[in-house]
Amino acid sequence: MKMGKTKLALAASLAVSFGAGAASAEDTIKVGILHSLSGTMAISETTLKDVMLMLIDEQNKKGGLLGKKLEAVVVDPASNWPLFAEKAKQLLEVDKVAATFGCWTSVSRKSVLPVFEHDNGILFYPVQYEGEESSRNVFYTGAAPNQQAIPAVDYLMNEEGVKRWVLEGTDYVYPRTTNKILEAYLKMKGVPAEDIMVNYTPFGFSDWQTEVGNIKKFGSAGKKTAVVSTVNGDANVPFYKELGNQGVKATDIPVVAFSVGEEELAGLDTKPLVGHLAAWNYFMSIDTPENKAFIAQWHKFIKNDKRTTNDPMEAHYIGFNMWVKAVEKAGTTDPDAVIDAMIGVTVPNLTGGYSAMMPNHHITKPVLIGEIQADGQLDTVWQTSGLVPGDEWSDYLDGSKDLISDWRKPLSCGNFNTKTGKCGGETVATQ
Amino acid sequence: MRKFLITCALVLFAALAANPAGADALDDILAGFASSKYDEIEKTIAALAASGDVSAPAILDALNAGSLQVAGDNKLYIKGDDGSLKEARSGAGAPGENPPGLKPVKVNNRVRRAIEAAMGQLTLLSPDPAKRRTAAASLFHAPDPAQLPVVEAAIAKESDPDVKHAFEAARAAIILATPDAADADKIAAIDLIAARGDEDAKSLLDGAAASGSPAVAAAAHGALEGLERTLAMWSAAQNVYYGLSLGSVLLLAAIGLAITFGVMGVINMAHGEMVMLGAYTTYVVQQAVMAAAPGLVDFALLIAVPAAFVVSGAAGIAIERSIIRFLYGRPLETLLATFGLSLVLQQAMRSIFGPTNLQVDNPSWMSGSMALGGLAITYNRFWIILFSIAIFALLTLVLRKTALGLQMRAVTQNRRMAASMGIRTGWVDSLTFGLGSGVAGIAGVALSQIDNVSPNLGQSYIIDSFMVVVFGGVGNLWGTLVGALSLGVANKLLEPVAGAVLGKIVVLVLLVLFIQRRPRGLFPVKGRAVES
Repeated sequence: MKMGKTKLALAASLAVSFGAGAASAEDTIKVGILHSLSGTMAISETTLKDVMLMLIDEQNKKGGLLGKKLEAVVVDPASNWPLFAEKAKQLLEVDKVAATFGCWTSVSRKSVLPVFEHDNGILFYPVQYEGEESSRNVFYTGAAPNQQAIPAVDYLMNEEGVKRWVLEGTDYVYPRTTNKILEAYLKMKGVPAEDIMVNYTPFGFSDWQTEVGNIKKFGSAGKKTAVVSTVNGDANVPFYKELGNQGVKATDIPVVAFSVGEEELAGLDTKPLVGHLAAWNYFMSIDTPENKAFIAQWHKFIKNDKRTTNDPMEAHYIGFNMWVKAVEKAGTTDPDAVIDAMIGVTVPNLTGGYSAMMPNHHITKPVLIGEIQADGQLDTVWQTSGLVPGDEWSDYLDGSKDLISDWRKPLSCGNFNTKTGKCGGETVATQ
Repeated sequence: MRKFLITCALVLFAALAANPAGADALDDILAGFASSKYDEIEKTIAALAASGDVSAPAILDALNAGSLQVAGDNKLYIKGDDGSLKEARSGAGAPGENPPGLKPVKVNNRVRRAIEAAMGQLTLLSPDPAKRRTAAASLFHAPDPAQLPVVEAAIAKESDPDVKHAFEAARAAIILATPDAADADKIAAIDLIAARGDEDAKSLLDGAAASGSPAVAAAAHGALEGLERTLAMWSAAQNVYYGLSLGSVLLLAAIGLAITFGVMGVINMAHGEMVMLGAYTTYVVQQAVMAAAPGLVDFALLIAVPAAFVVSGAAGIAIERSIIRFLYGRPLETLLATFGLSLVLQQAMRSIFGPTNLQVDNPSWMSGSMALGGLAITYNRFWIILFSIAIFALLTLVLRKTALGLQMRAVTQNRRMAASMGIRTGWVDSLTFGLGSGVAGIAGVALSQIDNVSPNLGQSYIIDSFMVVVFGGVGNLWGTLVGALSLGVANKLLEPVAGAVLGKIVVLVLLVLFIQRRPRGLFPVKGRAVES
């Protein structure tokens, strides 16, 4: 009898495993998370790892995807750019993930790009960046320059009447390319060269006395002056502290930042900074039911109701939901099928509208300009009336204004030159 | 229903009490605040200022602070710090329940500028001299020709010489901004403004030099020449001050290392993390003070200094006892072990406090800046300069005048001789390392005021610290002082010319060349101990 029971169980289990067939080898769908959990960038990227875990957890509670559970594979590239490529290779070749969400700095994205193109993976990149790139294997859910920098400059020009510009940035690829685009744009708008001051500082710069002094001097020439800041990461806190202490008030010289969000402001006393600006596609203060639900979910997940939400988190929220929808549409996680299914997918964003994936692998977003408040939040003072589609090849740079990207068949090209009618090649070369 | 009636009665009563005759007109003006368009709000501010109503300054103050609220029926309320509502016009308490549709009036920079200008007009004749001076300053920055008669009336009435001077400057700015003012008046105004000798004066004179009659332009050009010379001089002085300030920060970061590396010869890569521990201690102390005695929060830093010394010092002693003492005389292993330790400490802080920056507030006595002639001196940097000099003096005293200092020097110069004189060398090693680490912790308290409090805080200072100690001469505190200050000043003098990135490279190259010529640094330690 005893023997019989065991046999029965064995037979049953055999039947189950045969019934599951091929699926038994992969009864979960693996999702890679490629964010630095140590080193300089941990300060920003750890939050994105957490938000991805939350989204995956939520999706599993809803019953998973294609009848399977999602499984997060977290790796730590430790803010080390070559390590990003190695970890990406591990995710794609060893763990065989269906999609990867990751990277923050442009240099880390550039480092993993050849890996994703070689192994035909899918990467969702959630951070605002300098554009001038479009890969078949990457979906850019952060803002392109025309979804952040250009509208911000327009706002300052029209609403604040700014005539003189300081372009202050950290010395690496994102600020340099963005400032190049902005300089070309400003000159096109008739701003003379002597009214533009460009200055770069190293990563993690902490002694801003000279720079802020120069900004004050530049701003006292009798014309309304503003600072466009692409200062990145840790350098922002000392920069804003110096601005506050040297008495640079937002009503005199406003500073608009592209890398300062709720998370960066959390380390600062914002009372002296009220009125300085930030341009993003999402603010935590947005008053929509979707956003309130998202914030409540985040606080519950992270077990700390003081934690802030920010723009790249929303980008992951949009990107993840788009991927889920595309997989459901394609009925498989096969990269080629999903990449084709992604284009045209539309999901709700957190600002009360819908974002769509476009043929150039960028998405449509509203552009918001916010002013820093005394409580560390950003309050929307202006927003675009509709959604702005991301433009990967800037219209203001020579050599890039004739290029377009369209990953639909039959064009399937990331840098199609409309003048010569030729595709520049499969992998996009950028300066 | 009853509540509504009471509300109506209250409102009516308040309105009657405040301004029986013009109530409706003013209410009409104030209704403009309900708009969500910034130009409407801007117009409303101007209209409110023009009405000269007694409640206007309070309403504008509230608007500037973001506490002005508008209800669905366009009635304005001011929200107090405790969350209570008061009627904006009468100051009477609002009904218990929040009126329907209550929302804050929208404010942006344009609106804030309009408020500033309006307050300038409204407080021109305020009984408080500080307010009158602010009013004069805002008129100076936004000169409006229409305000000339009011300013002249204010000058005639003014008794405070300082405020009178501010008004005269405002009057001069207005005259320069008036296209049809007489040349003689304009030239007098130019003289008055040039005497201010600051950037504001330059910007006004630039404007005058570009427009106006030839006589005015010539006067402005003449005044500008002198002014530019003065400004260039101040700007050079300012750069030296910036350099001293950067130097003092370098000194603070390096002075602990001058003991552990300079005196003991331990290559301590975890030195930056001792600084970081100090900064985190500051955060914890500030949070504790805020919770226990919010009134004392301005002095939390003073409590944090000994606390950080103890925390980092204890950590230093623990590290010396558990790791470093097994590695004396093996610099490579020490370097690797302490480097690993620094990563462990960083990740530990990340796990305990989270990866994000922590907010350490500047106390009020360390916020803002003062003007000393043409120098802008920010209080936080100023205190840090004084603090670093005090720490330096204290440390020199400890090394020179105390028994512990004597033993430290004895042990580092000749360990075996010291041991045979009855000094417990192991114990002295621990204390020396603890002292160096504790001083690094104190530096963390100061750095928390100007930099991020994050796990990476120490990393950004470790290279600079080694640079300072090697440049100044290993084993010499005075060398560290001179090294830090000269590196700071050299950096800041190069920065305006070469930019921050290139400036730093130039300094590094010069340093390498210098070390090539003098491998022992600025002030090499002499004697037999060095040779062994």
